[in-house]
Amino acid sequence: MSTAIDTRGLSCPQPVMMVQQAIEKGSFPLEVLADTVTARENIVRFAERKGLKVQVTEQEDEFTLVISK
Amino acid sequence: MREKISKFFASYWGIILVGAIIGILGPVLQYLGNPPNMGICVACFERDIAGALGLHRAGVVQYIRPEIIGFVLGSTVAALLFREFKARAGSAPIVRFVLGVFAMIGALVFLGCPWRAGFRLAGGDMTALVGILGLVGGIWIGVAFLRSGFNLGPSKKTYPAVGWIMPIMMVGLLLLLIFRPVFSEGGPIFFSESGPGSMAAPILISLGAGLLIGFLAQRSRFCTMGAVRDVILLRDYRLLSGVVALVVVATVTNLALGQFKFGFAGMPIAHSNILWNILGMVLAGLAYALAGGCPGRQLFLAGEGNGDSAIFVLGMITGAAISHNFNLAGKADAMVDGVLQVGGISQYGMIAVGIGLVACLVIGFTMRQKTA
Repeated sequence: MSTAIDTRGLSCPQPVMMVQQAIEKGSFPLEVLADTVTARENIVRFAERKGLKVQVTEQEDEFTLVISK
Repeated sequence: MREKISKFFASYWGIILVGAIIGILGPVLQYLGNPPNMGICVACFERDIAGALGLHRAGVVQYIRPEIIGFVLGSTVAALLFREFKARAGSAPIVRFVLGVFAMIGALVFLGCPWRAGFRLAGGDMTALVGILGLVGGIWIGVAFLRSGFNLGPSKKTYPAVGWIMPIMMVGLLLLLIFRPVFSEGGPIFFSESGPGSMAAPILISLGAGLLIGFLAQRSRFCTMGAVRDVILLRDYRLLSGVVALVVVATVTNLALGQFKFGFAGMPIAHSNILWNILGMVLAGLAYALAGGCPGRQLFLAGEGNGDSAIFVLGMITGAAISHNFNLAGKADAMVDGVLQVGGISQYGMIAVGIGLVACLVIGFTMRQKTA
């Protein structure tokens, strides 16, 4: 069962902070919705720094990121 | 190709390159005519624009700065080319306006935005150090609010026209700069005949530098507030490495151009009143942190269609008018008959900083979402 986080509309650093909290809770795989490239870049960089894998798919200006161990 | 460029700018080397380019351009703009240790200053230049439009009547700081126009339009070009131009708005606009006003009041007490703090330091002005200390303190308070759930709420996608308003306003300013219309005897438009407002690099060079920086900063997300915030909040040093590159390269460029003058007082367009240099920047740093970006970053975001950042920018321009009309801005150190007269701020400026800090704290405490 994956956990979903919706960061759409939120500006940085909110999206990364939400992901950070979810990662700390250890809920994987983590599905994150984002609607800016900045949020996508920041979340990917943050997750990779934590040694996690990130898969990104783009659909109509929005991104779905799946973060897993 | 587009993907490769984006990846580069999202990397450490990308932001370091952007910081280094800004670090070269600032001192070069100064060399070509911009005010001392003010090759680029977003707060000061927006203040000059407010003066040119007659929103304040401080005769020495009135000029339509092409750099600001370039920052917004360069960002717009980058956002369009890389399909990132998105009109969005509606995240507590009035709060962002107020934060913009107090951000400017704080910045003008110190006499500079974070970019100028870096350029002042790079020019040998050690009074900038306490300003930077205050800035970090203000951002640290902002991060504490972020950690406790502070959030201005989500923005919404909206009509493209909303995103175009700030770029179009900048085109309007450019036209006013080029044609210099006089609307009544003596102005507006006002252009300073003495003082910092009269000191300017050639328009085309300033505009070109602004466009280049706007483009690069949009791609790399360059932000001085974010640099400090990301280190405190996320232990992420990427943005900070860009800011460090700016200061290091600007120092070297200043040395090469003979513009480096080391000192703790009597520095150009700066005062050495430690307490108010710190407190002014605490206020500014807190306002930037709550609004999610330094003055430069807000211009770049406004350029890519963010209506909330555009409101922050208008708040800053209004704040500049308030600062000078109500005698809140810092006065620079001056030499009078060979004696150093330490500058500082008026009692009104002190009261305004106090009001600003209270306002920011109220905003910080009252706009928190409980996290699950």
